[in-house]
Amino acid sequence: MGDRPIIRVQHIVKSFGTIMAVNDVSFDVRPGEIFAFLGPNGAGKTTTIKMLTTLLHPTSGSLELDGLDVTTHRTDVRKRFGVVFQDPSLDGDLTAWENMDIHGVLYHVARRARRERCEILLRMFELWERRDDLVKTFSGGMKRRLEIARGLLHTPKVLFLDEPTLGLDPQSRNQMWTHVRSLRGSEGVTVFLTTHYMDEADRVADRIAVIDHGRIVATGSSAELKQQTGTDSLEAAFLALTGTTIRDESATAADQMRQVARVWRR
Amino acid sequence: MNVVFVLWLREVKKYLRSRVQIVASLGGPLMYLGVLGFGLGPVFQRAGEGSYLQFMAPGVIGMAVLFTAMFSGIAMLWDRQFGFLKETLVAPVPRLAIMIGRTLGGATVAVLQGTLIFVVTLIAGFRPVSVLTVPLAFLLIALIAVVFAALATAIGSTIKEMQGFQMVMNFLVMPIFFLSAAIYPLEGLPRVLAALTRVDPLTYGVDGMRGLLTGRAHFGVAFDVAVLVAVGVLFVAAGAWRFSKIEA
Repeated sequence: MGDRPIIRVQHIVKSFGTIMAVNDVSFDVRPGEIFAFLGPNGAGKTTTIKMLTTLLHPTSGSLELDGLDVTTHRTDVRKRFGVVFQDPSLDGDLTAWENMDIHGVLYHVARRARRERCEILLRMFELWERRDDLVKTFSGGMKRRLEIARGLLHTPKVLFLDEPTLGLDPQSRNQMWTHVRSLRGSEGVTVFLTTHYMDEADRVADRIAVIDHGRIVATGSSAELKQQTGTDSLEAAFLALTGTTIRDESATAADQMRQVARVWRR
Repeated sequence: MNVVFVLWLREVKKYLRSRVQIVASLGGPLMYLGVLGFGLGPVFQRAGEGSYLQFMAPGVIGMAVLFTAMFSGIAMLWDRQFGFLKETLVAPVPRLAIMIGRTLGGATVAVLQGTLIFVVTLIAGFRPVSVLTVPLAFLLIALIAVVFAALATAIGSTIKEMQGFQMVMNFLVMPIFFLSAAIYPLEGLPRVLAALTRVDPLTYGVDGMRGLLTGRAHFGVAFDVAVLVAVGVLFVAAGAWRFSKIEA
């Protein structure tokens, strides 16, 4: 893994009016690794993902994906990543297959390859039997799996997962992570994920960047973070680094609404 | 091109699948046709204007097209809050292709809905003066659909909140309907109302259809078509511009 980083972020700043959502953040992600952004709600995780996925322009600083400048080579960058947003982005009135197929067309995947990839991925994520059902009839976990499958359809180099397990029950969460970990072997894709669940970051990520109040406070493997802080759990390490714990109570009203909406849509 | 097609197809498929919605959306136009058409018929007749049903049928068709086109564009707010829009915004395709696909899809759905209402007016007793002009009337239906689907795209790209939807319906769609020539003749109006009807694009759509289907146009069909084409170009450009500005 000694090659150049697949994602290189240098001194990015994003401010909304007077609020500094992301404040001088720099990090590298190596090809093929699972990299986790760990931080409480409102720490700047989603804002960072939106900048990396070309949806937001940074106020200053530079972002590179696979050696390409994200702000100037938008279209080329977009071909190279898949993304699963915090809020679902499937069309519930279409079938699983149709959602996949539209994605394939949007990413210029040739018809034959599209069919093959759709089948491989729907089977991999255990959705093949339900391919002709409308997505609105799916459970929360199934929708998430479908979104990940869709994000991989065009064989991206990087897969962004923004809080992929938010609102899922423990079983679905477990299953989700099993799938994500197996991706490295089957798809060779680099995974960039955000979470505020420490146990999840601990279990799946090769490296973790701890972010709080728009700044990265530490980067390293789970073991390194523990060693660095002289603690024996990631939670204690996080506490030592930020002086706060991650709690769901710190969720904003919007986050809570989101979770409620998700539960209702199952 | 594939991108435009697949997004167009998405809108049409969704329309054809929502049977309940299709039936429900017949309600408004049917009420106008039934209550106004038959209720005001005697008065209209006594005023020496002939059959009111004959007069207002093109207006009701225009109404159905207006409502459906605006609705489909505003559905973007829904897409934006609960999903699918972002999926298209991060795709490596030009925003223009996405906007065109969505707008044409919405317009097609509006034409289908207009056709349905057309059939309903025929059942209610509406009789076009000539079969030959009916295909031309569909050109006007298509123009109305594109004009308002594009307008809705521009609005849907600009406002973010779902509450905005109600605002648009109350302060835009209803006035557009009432200020068009859909339910009353353009002749002899008070000056203010006359001026307002003339800035309403739907006026020209309804007038053109009325000219083709009943032989009674106020402005003349060619003029109506010219206005609609011009407004259509303007609104599509506005829609494309607003759509390109969406930030997630």
